[in-house]
Amino acid sequence: MYSEKVMEHFRNPRNVGEVENPDGVGEVGNPTCGDMMRITIKVKDDKIEDVKFKTLGCGAAIATSSMITELAIGKPLEDAEKISRQDIADALDGLPAQKMHCSVLAADGLREAIADYRSKK
Amino acid sequence: MDRLIYLDYAATTPMRPEVLEAMMPYFTEDFGNPSSLYTLGRQARGAVEDARDRVAAFMGADPREVVFTSGGTESDNMAIKGVAFANEKKGNHIITTPIEHHAVLEPCHFLAKRGYEITYLPVDEHGMVDPADVEKAITDKTVLVSIMHANNEVGTIEPLEEISKITRARGVYLHTDAVQTFGHIPTNVNELGVDLLSVSAHKLYGPKGVGALYVRKGTRMVPTAHGGSQENNRRAGTHNVAGIVGLAKAVEIAEREMASEAKRLTELRDRLLHGMVDKIPNARPTGHPTKRLPNNASACLVGAEGEAMLLSLDMEGVSSSSGSACTSGTLEPSHVLLAMGIPAEIAHSSLRLTLGDKTTKEDIDYVLEILPPIIERLRAMSPLDEAWKGKQ
Repeated sequence: MYSEKVMEHFRNPRNVGEVENPDGVGEVGNPTCGDMMRITIKVKDDKIEDVKFKTLGCGAAIATSSMITELAIGKPLEDAEKISRQDIADALDGLPAQKMHCSVLAADGLREAIADYRSKK
Repeated sequence: MDRLIYLDYAATTPMRPEVLEAMMPYFTEDFGNPSSLYTLGRQARGAVEDARDRVAAFMGADPREVVFTSGGTESDNMAIKGVAFANEKKGNHIITTPIEHHAVLEPCHFLAKRGYEITYLPVDEHGMVDPADVEKAITDKTVLVSIMHANNEVGTIEPLEEISKITRARGVYLHTDAVQTFGHIPTNVNELGVDLLSVSAHKLYGPKGVGALYVRKGTRMVPTAHGGSQENNRRAGTHNVAGIVGLAKAVEIAEREMASEAKRLTELRDRLLHGMVDKIPNARPTGHPTKRLPNNASACLVGAEGEAMLLSLDMEGVSSSSGSACTSGTLEPSHVLLAMGIPAEIAHSSLRLTLGDKTTKEDIDYVLEILPPIIERLRAMSPLDEAWKGKQ
């Protein structure tokens, strides 16, 4: 039911952890619904210099978290915050319909981290 | 990955080669319709009736009390809707539990929409029903009590012997879904005291697509499939002759092996459960500690998510199951665990390993070797890592 790409990111998730002294933090989901994500970003010259995630959740939650860090890294903030759930799903060669909410979580998490950075500036 | 360790026997079991061998002639040369009068038909009819004798004897029933079906789901539907519809004049109240299989819960939901009243009895933290609650719930409108023999997720065995004393005294039919127990622990209908009992062949090394419903003599039940007069007008449709023969062969094997296999699996199950608790911090076994299926090892491994565990185990060659939301196709975790009072955030971390005929001690030790690092990795990836450590 998962694409090979999803499984690959589940097996070898990119950018797991927390960046040191993050410029922005996004926390989305809650343990009751089963998925939780914490995303930390480092910003330089209005670009995402570094991004890391920690996720509690299913295979799709981990793969979408991993994928959004790949999509976001090096991107200007205004481009990074436009990454949509569909962009993440497409980059993973698709997600099963009932798993699309996981990609929402990842996209929301990044947007929240960027908003957090802007609010502190 | 060169190992393949199947630990999901509660989902389905591999068919025994001797079962397949027994079935084979009925697909080709002995293909007759059991309802036909000529020799070929009579031979097929003979095979079906021999199978019925064996299945009936195994459960302590009269052969006329056994109805062959397409499996557990059909048997449950037939029992619940069939009894409800046949006893409308007496009442419209059904008593069941919130931890039943969907094949029981969904027919009850269906009936509820049509004006039936359904009472869901509480269960304790082990998933056990209190017989006193059955007594309290029965009214003069109650027509059926349906309580599973053992739960498919956590393995808890329900006290049917005590419950049936109550249903008998009150003149209410008792149905049990014995899909997880038939062929694995004793399911004598008279000892259990049940009036209806559902069976599925593929849970005991038989073929998929065939099962049976025991219906005690005198039980008022209407058919749910109408058509030909097969099965004494209780279940229309040409017999699945090969499947029925396969079910009987699986029962024959169970007669031989059940007692020793239950003992062997209980030891392996406890080795697995104790090993998980020893090696994984904050592992919480689910279900009753002793009154449980010999082959069911289930636990919540707090701080890791079930589907992620299942996928990780699969990468190491181990097939498992979880009651987490992500494996059910919904966003809700297991209804069984929630009914047992387990909070949703912990229910998401459930893992079910169910053992069977090919499971060895080496398999269990392999799982105990690979599972702790899997859980450690998933917990390390979680934003709640520190939080669950604090709860140890």
